Amino acid sequence: MDTREPILEVRDITKVFPGVVANNRVHLELYPGEILGLLGENGAGKSTLMNIIYGLYRPTEGEIRVRGRPVTMHSPKDAIALGIGMVHQHFQLVPVMSVVDNVMLGSESIRGPFLDREAVARRIQEIASRYSLEVDPYAIVEDLPVGVRQRVEIIKALYREADILILDEPTSVLTPQEIQGLFQIMDLLRRQGKAIIFITHKLKEVLHIADRIVVLRRGEVVGEADPQTASQASLAAMMVGREVMLVVEKGPASPGPVVLEVEGLEAVNDLGEPALRGVSLQVRAGEILGVAGVQGNGQTELVEVITGLRPATGGRLRIAGQDMTRASPRQITDRGQSCHVPEDRHAYGMVGAYPVAYNLVLNTYYRPPFAQGLTIQEEAIAEHARRLVAEYDVRTPSIYTRAGSLSGGNQQKLVVAREFSRPIQLLIAAQPTRGIDVGSIEFIHQQIVAKRDQGVAVLLVSYELDEIMALSDRIAVMYQGQILDVLPAEEATRERLGLLMAGVHPQEHTAAGLST
Amino acid sequence: MANAIDRRPGRLGRFLRSLLLPVAAILIALAIGAVAMWAFGDDPLVAYRGLWSGAFGDARALARTVRKMVPLIFTGLSVAVAFKAGLFNIGAAGQFLMGTVAATAVGISFPGMPAPLHVSLALLAGVVGGLVWGLIPGLLKVYTGAHEVIVTIMLNYVAALLAGWTVYAGGTEGQSPGPLWDPTARAVSESPDILESARLPLFFDPAYRLHAGVLLALAVVVFIWWLIYRTTIGFEIRTVGLNLKAARYAGMRVAWTVVFTMGIAGILAGLAGAIETLGVNWKFAPEFGGQVGFDGITVALLGQTHPFGIVLAAFLFGALDAGAARMQFESGVAQDIIQVIQALVLAFVAAPTLIRLLFRMEAEEFEVTTISQTWGGGSG
Repeated sequence: MDTREPILEVRDITKVFPGVVANNRVHLELYPGEILGLLGENGAGKSTLMNIIYGLYRPTEGEIRVRGRPVTMHSPKDAIALGIGMVHQHFQLVPVMSVVDNVMLGSESIRGPFLDREAVARRIQEIASRYSLEVDPYAIVEDLPVGVRQRVEIIKALYREADILILDEPTSVLTPQEIQGLFQIMDLLRRQGKAIIFITHKLKEVLHIADRIVVLRRGEVVGEADPQTASQASLAAMMVGREVMLVVEKGPASPGPVVLEVEGLEAVNDLGEPALRGVSLQVRAGEILGVAGVQGNGQTELVEVITGLRPATGGRLRIAGQDMTRASPRQITDRGQSCHVPEDRHAYGMVGAYPVAYNLVLNTYYRPPFAQGLTIQEEAIAEHARRLVAEYDVRTPSIYTRAGSLSGGNQQKLVVAREFSRPIQLLIAAQPTRGIDVGSIEFIHQQIVAKRDQGVAVLLVSYELDEIMALSDRIAVMYQGQILDVLPAEEATRERLGLLMAGVHPQEHTAAGLST
Repeated sequence: MANAIDRRPGRLGRFLRSLLLPVAAILIALAIGAVAMWAFGDDPLVAYRGLWSGAFGDARALARTVRKMVPLIFTGLSVAVAFKAGLFNIGAAGQFLMGTVAATAVGISFPGMPAPLHVSLALLAGVVGGLVWGLIPGLLKVYTGAHEVIVTIMLNYVAALLAGWTVYAGGTEGQSPGPLWDPTARAVSESPDILESARLPLFFDPAYRLHAGVLLALAVVVFIWWLIYRTTIGFEIRTVGLNLKAARYAGMRVAWTVVFTMGIAGILAGLAGAIETLGVNWKFAPEFGGQVGFDGITVALLGQTHPFGIVLAAFLFGALDAGAARMQFESGVAQDIIQVIQALVLAFVAAPTLIRLLFRMEAEEFEVTTISQTWGGGSG
């Protein structure tokens, strides 16, 4: 064990919300110059714990010590004064303001009655060069890529002289290259004596960067692990409380007739720029076609056009032989017997303010037995909800609980339960496991494979190459609104997919040094 | 089945909490009103006693309160229904006026028509007047993306000027009078009295002037509650209001829902105008009733946008209106203080953070109503 003084100690913290024990006698120590990985499923109590450390909640019992002294915090202001900084998963930046303005917001530097932007900009540049956090102080935040915005958040914390940095799921919004960049920054911060709590559910990352790993489950610390000796499997088992299958088990596909047929599809994005430039693909019954690619290459628009949420400007779309190019979302759901697990479950997949039961009939509420004529049949809806909650293991206190208060994994299971419980011939799943815990990922992957084995045609869009490779029978790679190539899963190596994702045409692969 | 999975979390608690904000708002507003009176040398106790007896003191006072409550129920529902779809209907005032004018036009026409038919026709005219004035902002939002707040504010002016013109007495320089002007009123801009056959039946002692609109209002409250909470249309309205994207994803016709909701909102406010005309005023003059439309916003918010809450809120506002005259008579405090109190109530219910700070309540204890959402023109 470390002989140095811990900079932060969490001693027997218990936090009780009405009806829930979110943290139960949690004990943690954090030392200067280390990265502590905090692992846990959604709903394990990570966020509650961090909110206590950041002064947003007050613990029911227990105490927090900073630099050896017990502290009581009433708000994040107190935490900041103690040198605690937090980078939230959803950035707390004002998009239309410059980096300087964002950084000084709340701790404005003034000269007489005026804001002293130059002084702040100079401090930012100092911090930036010290920790290699390159950023233009006068850039407007909304023009910056996500990875740079995150740097601004880190700078914001460092500007307030934070010695303890809490990074809440910092990699969930980043590309692989940006993740590498973040890790370099974290390493530099560590070497300059900062203490970092790195919250994540991604096992590979925590093994890569953390010095120590603490695992939370159901509000309690269930163990500590050394990244040198721990494995992904052992960590996953600790998180979930049982052995988890990290590899999806599936037999060979037995493809049937073509269900989804897309030909020369064209569409524009929200800004009116071309997003799909002649996409053609086919998905057969009983197979999973994975669409790989770096985020922002038209995948979102492709899914929206296929589900009727975005009009096509060219090309055609057929589902089971019927032309659906101009069909509405409801026609595609009904006549096309298709279902859609949307990329953004908060925006599209559910109504957070509605109870679980209503969310389970979000797109079938008008059909019997859920409605007779115009009237909603509450009992039929409740009955349906009871059945699905049990069948899909949605952990909710009640079917009348607000869906928005469930954990991310359970929200996604809710969406999956609703979509998979109808008779379907086509399943469109976009990022079906984004931001959810290992246990739920495993469950959802199994459900997708089960649908395939029942003869459903599956179109899977994901930015996680691991997910695409684990599930797909064939893999299409999208780049700048086009499908560059479609490979059988057996031939799709990480290298070949990587080249395609970078926009290198298949003919050029040999030239790039890869034999096919 | 009484499993845990069927438990409705804290229904009673939620109900009590939903009372918290309105009750706190009213109490604070009354307290500030009292301080204001005291500061100007009046005795707030005498004033509030007068207010009470003017609103509830005897059967006649109570009847006055109920009569004042009726239009507020309708305009409150009008604003609340729009809220449910995420729309902010500031246009209840204009819709009310259009309902008034349309009902007046029918009410002064058709002599000899049997009363039930004449009343129904006049009410229907009010419905159509309000409907048109509600559909315009709905359609403009869907087809052009114009924000309903702006459009309804503008339409309030259009309605006020249009309504004023219909009873315009003409000018000294030969300007022609409006079509509904009563020539016997000479220089006064107002319509003739509506025909007996178009008046809403009164019940109890005619001196109480309690008209059948009370029953209509309560029936409409139940109907709107059923529509919003028990039908697929209400499900669509609420989904559109809570999460527009999810509504599109679920295959709901968002544009249709917006137009439909604004239509219902217009009908409700238009009905308020028709009922005031046929039950209380018996004629139209430009000074009648613009405030009722705006008070609908306060009533809707105070009633937490729930139809039954709106009945309570409208009753309270009706009582304030009904008791104002007696209060002034007994205490010498100007009636206008009542409008100040009503405005304060609106300020506190519209800005719940103020009350939260005053009472140091936690954020979860609050059910905050989303006032309005913005979105571009329609598809879906």
